[in-house]
Amino acid sequence: MAFFEMAKTAIGTVLRKPATRRYPSVAPKSTPLTRGRVSIDPSRCISCGMCMKKCPSGAICVRKEEKTWSIDRLKCVVCNCCVEVCPAHCLTMETSYFPCVTEHSAIDVHVITYVKPERPKRPETGEKAGEGTAESS
Amino acid sequence: MPRRIVVPFGPQHPVLPEPIHLDLVLKDEHVEEALPSIGYIHRGLETLVTRREYPEYVYIAERTCGICSFIHGMTYCQAVEKLVDCSVPERALFLRTIWSEYSRLHSHLLWLGLFADALGFENLFMASWRLRESVLDVLEETTGGRVIQGSCKVGGVRRDIPGETLDRMRSGLDTIEREAGEIADVFLRDDSIISRTRGIGVLSREDAYALGAVGPTARASGVGIDLRKTGYAAYGRLSFSPVVETAGDCHARCIVRVKEIFTSIDLIRQAIAKIPDGPVEEKPKKNPEGDYFARSEQPRGELVHYVKGDGSRHLVRSRIRTPTLTNLPSLVRMLKGCNLADVPVIVLSIDPCIGCAER
Repeated sequence: MAFFEMAKTAIGTVLRKPATRRYPSVAPKSTPLTRGRVSIDPSRCISCGMCMKKCPSGAICVRKEEKTWSIDRLKCVVCNCCVEVCPAHCLTMETSYFPCVTEHSAIDVHVITYVKPERPKRPETGEKAGEGTAESS
Repeated sequence: MPRRIVVPFGPQHPVLPEPIHLDLVLKDEHVEEALPSIGYIHRGLETLVTRREYPEYVYIAERTCGICSFIHGMTYCQAVEKLVDCSVPERALFLRTIWSEYSRLHSHLLWLGLFADALGFENLFMASWRLRESVLDVLEETTGGRVIQGSCKVGGVRRDIPGETLDRMRSGLDTIEREAGEIADVFLRDDSIISRTRGIGVLSREDAYALGAVGPTARASGVGIDLRKTGYAAYGRLSFSPVVETAGDCHARCIVRVKEIFTSIDLIRQAIAKIPDGPVEEKPKKNPEGDYFARSEQPRGELVHYVKGDGSRHLVRSRIRTPTLTNLPSLVRMLKGCNLADVPVIVLSIDPCIGCAER
């Protein structure tokens, strides 16, 4: 008789701890690799636009003139592509998800504060000429 | 005098996880004919291939389906790798196999839960999905995503699994196997399940072959076709035999999926034991040129990705043939002559995934 086949499992379930957790009072599970949301360090962004070019969903917009980096959180599919291609390593993947929104107002705009480091001063013309003669000789 | 009436079934229906519409022509309570129609969630993903560069399209190929996403990404990569003459390192092939089998585990457990739910067996539905959660935890820990893994790329995989994580996965498989055993007993032997599924929606071996059924639907009717036997990824180095049943009814399709859970667990164990050390990716040296069909075994059946390139960074054409579309003719045949009350069970028994069938 296989009528009460489920009873064993069902009784075991009653005796064990709940499989779910009481979110939001208990934090959700996450692992170090979890893709939650993209975050940017605006002080390191060099406005190259690689993230915008490679984004498969077209969620990122980099405006070089206005010095802004913006992301549409509702378009972003959290694929980690921008984090991988960023040459300045200013984009990181956080493990917590972006909170829910009720209106389409989830565009995060960041003002890029990166300042290009000054080039080392040009050597004096005299020295340059001297170098030139040294090379030619 | 029996009356003929037409009952619309779907696209919104309590038992349907996905939108498919069926016009059921009934004679009293018996289905005389079923006319399926799809087209509710077409997203035009195949066209996007011309607007995204081929390495970025992997993300889109993966999002074709929300369940067998990894296998979609992997099959697309297999097709493109042939066009760019890129040989994938051995370790990457084994990692792909491990993730594919974990995908199959979570897909089958999801289906078993939905099937139990369609039969009204809520407790079993919850038990299946609780077990599925432990499979998803492993996928999240190793790839960063629960259902969209995003770990496959053209030329290999994005990230490696360290040795200690592989050891933990191996010991975790024992727990999964034990708990799956408990659920399997219910699906295989419980009277209430057998009375709702045995002898219902029978598809004969000849019909399954002639109508082009694939995956568990074909294997439950005695057609022993399993694409994994062709040896793509690392399947050629692992030993297994496809699960084949002969009854061809809803219970046989359920048995095939239950038994495949244990085959997958065994395949993951073998892959973890045999995985070699080495690099996990190789950079493609040229742009894709030519065309290629890549085939693989999804949890639902055979998946085909066709890609065509002209030597530029953008592919010219992508075409995906999903197992659900191939199984629809078989579904129409199964529905013929059944009772109206059995329609939800029969529709679910082919594991319809309209999301990837329409793309």
